Amino acid sequence: MPLSISLVVNGVRKDVVLEDPRVTLLDLLRERVGLTGTKKGCDRGQCGACTVLVDGRRINACLALAVSLDGADVLTIEGLAKGGQLDPVQAAFIAHDGFQCGFCTPGQIMSAVGLIREGEAGDDPERIREGMSGNLCRCGAYVGIIEAVRDARKQLAISANEDRRVA
Amino acid sequence: MPDHMSDTIPFSAAPHVRLGSSSGQPITRRDGVLKVTGAATYAADNHPAGMLHAVIAVSTIARGRVASLDVAAAKAHPGVVEVITPANRPPLALDPDVKHGMFGFRFDALQNDRVRYAKQPIAVVVAQTLEAATEGARLLSPTYEIEPARIGFDGGEHFDPPMVSIGAPPNFDRGDLAAGLSAAAHLIDTHYETPAQYHNAMEPHAIVAEWDSDRLTIDTPNQAIVMMRGAFAEFFDVPAENVHLRSPFLGGGFGSKAIMAGPHILCILAARMLRRPVKLVLPRDQMYGPVGHRGATQQHLRLGLDAEGRLTALEHHALATTSSFDDFIEAAANASHNLYASPAISTRHRAVRVDIGTPGPMRAPGEASGSAALECALDEAAAACGIDPLEMRLRNYADIDPATGRPYSAKALRACYAQGAERFGWAGRPLAPRQMRCDAGHLIGWGMGSALFPAPMFQAEARATLRADGTALVETAGADMGQGAWTVLAQIAADGLGLDIEKIEFRSGSSDLPDGGVAGGSGHTATAGSALHNAGTDAIAKLAEIAANDPASPLFGTGNAGVEARNGRLYHRSDRSRSESYGDILARAGLATIEGNGKGGRDPAAAEARAMFSHGAVFAEVKVDPDLGQVRVTRLVGAFAAGRIINPRLARSQLYGGMIWGLSFALHEEAIHDRRSGRIINADLAGYHIPVHADIPEMEALLIDEDDPYVNGLGIKGVGEIGITGTVGAIANAIWHATGVRVRRFPIRIEDLIG
Amino acid sequence: MNLFDYVRPASVAEAVAAGSQPGAAYLAAGTNLLDLMKGGALRPGRLVDVTRLPGLDRIETLADGGMRIGAMVRNADLARDPAFAAAYPAVAEALLSGASPQLRNAATVGGNLMQHTRCAYFHDAASACNRRDPGAGCDARGGENRNHAVLGWSDACIATHPSDFCVPLVALDAVVEIEGPDGRRDVALEDFHRLPGTTPERETVLRAGELITALRLPPEAGGFRTHARYLKLRERTSFAFAIVSAAAMLRIEGGTIQSARLALGGVAAKPWRAKAAEELLIGAAPTVESFATAAEAALTEAMPSGDNAYKIELAKRVLKCALLLAADGTPRRMPALPASVFNFDTGCHSHA
Repeated sequence: MPLSISLVVNGVRKDVVLEDPRVTLLDLLRERVGLTGTKKGCDRGQCGACTVLVDGRRINACLALAVSLDGADVLTIEGLAKGGQLDPVQAAFIAHDGFQCGFCTPGQIMSAVGLIREGEAGDDPERIREGMSGNLCRCGAYVGIIEAVRDARKQLAISANEDRRVA
Repeated sequence: MPDHMSDTIPFSAAPHVRLGSSSGQPITRRDGVLKVTGAATYAADNHPAGMLHAVIAVSTIARGRVASLDVAAAKAHPGVVEVITPANRPPLALDPDVKHGMFGFRFDALQNDRVRYAKQPIAVVVAQTLEAATEGARLLSPTYEIEPARIGFDGGEHFDPPMVSIGAPPNFDRGDLAAGLSAAAHLIDTHYETPAQYHNAMEPHAIVAEWDSDRLTIDTPNQAIVMMRGAFAEFFDVPAENVHLRSPFLGGGFGSKAIMAGPHILCILAARMLRRPVKLVLPRDQMYGPVGHRGATQQHLRLGLDAEGRLTALEHHALATTSSFDDFIEAAANASHNLYASPAISTRHRAVRVDIGTPGPMRAPGEASGSAALECALDEAAAACGIDPLEMRLRNYADIDPATGRPYSAKALRACYAQGAERFGWAGRPLAPRQMRCDAGHLIGWGMGSALFPAPMFQAEARATLRADGTALVETAGADMGQGAWTVLAQIAADGLGLDIEKIEFRSGSSDLPDGGVAGGSGHTATAGSALHNAGTDAIAKLAEIAANDPASPLFGTGNAGVEARNGRLYHRSDRSRSESYGDILARAGLATIEGNGKGGRDPAAAEARAMFSHGAVFAEVKVDPDLGQVRVTRLVGAFAAGRIINPRLARSQLYGGMIWGLSFALHEEAIHDRRSGRIINADLAGYHIPVHADIPEMEALLIDEDDPYVNGLGIKGVGEIGITGTVGAIANAIWHATGVRVRRFPIRIEDLIG
Repeated sequence: MNLFDYVRPASVAEAVAAGSQPGAAYLAAGTNLLDLMKGGALRPGRLVDVTRLPGLDRIETLADGGMRIGAMVRNADLARDPAFAAAYPAVAEALLSGASPQLRNAATVGGNLMQHTRCAYFHDAASACNRRDPGAGCDARGGENRNHAVLGWSDACIATHPSDFCVPLVALDAVVEIEGPDGRRDVALEDFHRLPGTTPERETVLRAGELITALRLPPEAGGFRTHARYLKLRERTSFAFAIVSAAAMLRIEGGTIQSARLALGGVAAKPWRAKAAEELLIGAAPTVESFATAAEAALTEAMPSGDNAYKIELAKRVLKCALLLAADGTPRRMPALPASVFNFDTGCHSHA
């Protein structure tokens, strides 16, 4: 039973015909629209490697049926940098060495973007740790990741303030 | 307590950085942008045109035979293209049940219907889509002739293994153990148990295989690219040069991606059989079977100590699980060989055959399990003698290697103890347990452990090509599984060539390059780095020879020992005004490029003369809820001496990673088998815990300056594994110090502490 | 995952009609259902997507002072709703202690009530499980059952219910609103989940085709806001299921407990209301002794179902600690580590 769905992925409309309804958002991104930056670590919502933003919220793409998200707006790691400019979260991950093998990194970064947008963790490292606990890292880059998230949040807060002043 | 401790330590260059040197500089990862944008390509990201998806069906029993498979049901599922079972599996050139070489393990590639562990491959389903292949595999609905599973230390046959780990002797004796024990004023007789642990790299094992006639291209994460290319070629009876193995990025390896396993072979077979590219990615649960793990151990230690707490004898026996059909014995007892001075040391290994997949090397194989027990036993000894645990270790400090009597190539362990203790604030720790509480009423404990890991080298080759435009191409088939090879190897290569790192184009991660050896044993940077450095100096020597023999060169007549390469120019060693750029030398000689080649490997004479290890000391603080038994590690400070540090930023990350593995070993990781079925009941990442962000405290990893003139020409040891050793014991000892409860089975759980 | 029909009804009535067909299952976020389908433990022939049904995503304050929460409200949105979190802080804390931020952003209120046990033998399609396959037997008995039930279990099933959210809710007398082929009905949450008895496959009282549309909190539930805590013991600091958890909510006036609401999680096939313990506390002073007595009373019927006797003692201690925390008062701000024992770590100093 082929199903036609339409998503906006990284600002680009994607019309996809699914062979059957079993396809998850993760497998749609990776195997059908060529966006392999989002990773499959466990396929069961237990590791966070597949974290993407759907309608602005971070979720596990492995546990979402693509067909159920028809019409949604999806942001993946490939859509984060704008005009060749890294997002402050991406830049901070490099500066603080917030990764080693890099496999969990797209999920960590998208989760950090989601966390910062949620706006509740502030600069409290304990709240950031808790807020990032849906993203496992087997290499053990946790220290650098938390430093990166704190740093990026500060920079984003500063630039948001500057935007307000300009406005 | 500051929560910004690590913020206060900016990255600084390693000590003694040579002027203009890349090595020692804390540069950020050269692959950083690729990794933070999702552009780094891991094996499963490949999608050649016409590709099919393969999914393995695995056994749900641990021992017996497959009696039936409903192939028709699987084939009837829409999208399924082929089902491969032992009945139609094409032949292989080699028998998977015959061991090939030192790193060859027996594996399961549908050679028969026998089942010898749960999650063993029993069929492969290939389909147009991943969804169809997955469901096709389930529809095979296997039936079995079941034999009782042999699980656990008392479940199977015990035997004396001919070797442990990879090629190490199982037993060791030095000195008179009986005399040492009988002379002891204190005797510690204790035992520890460690569970089966699984590597669980975040990237599941994956392979994309494509045949073009008798040429094979495989994308698969691999820690030993050129060696494995040869192995794959042999199994498919094609020349090694016909196989192209690409592994630019590994999503973690930890030992599990150093060896060939059944799934790789099955994917390549499927691709050849169907004449289509095939992708096979293991689901997470299938990583608890055919791709190795850390075997479980039971360890028994006896420590004899004199009245002042000095060892008179050290005995360490280990029993380790292995599979019914192959041997990899966790060399846990060997952790007692090289760390503490004892007039008598005796170690033994026994093994037990159980119905599990064969264990393999997993980050700090042997050392992790053995160090956990040894460091706890030392802590027990310190308590028995009424001595501070750090003082205990100083009293037993080995100035020469206890196992061989050789001097160490370098050993800055005293500095590790001193600086680690200082940074942690160890002084004033009460001797007795249950003495410290926080305002909230939590018990606080402090514990420590010594860290030690060998500094091996393997064999590697590299090529360096200087170009007329002042850049260079350097090449070796290295592997970056997160340790930072893309960055640190380029830093070393830049120094070998006297070039700024921005001028270096580094090619790696592909089997068509010079053999970079194995990324394992914490020896890759030393080995491949030496090869790259030597390749660079070879190219420079050739260049210098051209210049020295060219009357038009300002360096004419210097001889190649008389020049120095820096920043893209050769300088006369004693007359700085005489210099010439690489490009000018090449241009005048009419050369577009000049190539150097180099090898990396241990100097056999140095290896005979010296004992070579990295060392460290780890200090841990835990808090324990006194009523509820929940544990949280609140501080971890490690101090490590590992020779010359090429990149402090990346080395710190490696050490943190190891320490987090130690925390995970102490508190989290355990594969739980159902003893009746032999299945692991927590074969996922929800039930098999590794730490999450909230489990990871403030951490520090101090890099202790150590100049090792013997280990290799570059003075490089390794930092990838040592962080685990020491940390497990430090945390367990801190829990004892907090609670007074000595837990002798890992991981330490709530139920152990609520007594 | 098996092939299935996918339907997305436009109204609750259409959904109920579609969901009443044999083999149908309702799909909300899918965080539990898809997980179980991938593992082969569940194989529904039809998924009825209820995520876009109109009117199920609202959080409303009712005229009587209670609240109604639509079944499709996401866990994270509910926990962050200022009115809800202020009125029922222990529920918000329980929500935020469950799963991960990503899962909470997706998972729904209705789905949380419907989530299945984490028993490994239920999840493992190759194991015998009466809950999944009636009459097959129970491999958890005599298996690895360290984390299994100590209350309300039967020979047929020793699984526990994994929800954090439901634990304080059951203590607050929450009511489940249900639409079905025979119309609308309300069921007290306490009666919603069933103990296994001889029919563990019937996990809830829902009849074929019935759909949860909302959850309602009665007016009295808002009376515990100043002394309400949820405490969850787990083997990781975060992102782990409870070994044992407890919700404790008190109304204290003049140094005397006027009313108490207590429930335990991770101990039974349903969130376990501890009414006998509640009654013991009425009129008592909020002291360690009275809390210990109450905790003892809550576990009088407990029995190990395997290698889990430790959970009985642990449950008593967790309940006692939760009561002590509740007596201290609801924190002004949600703790950094919701429901963790490592939260009230203020002014902690190592050199004690």
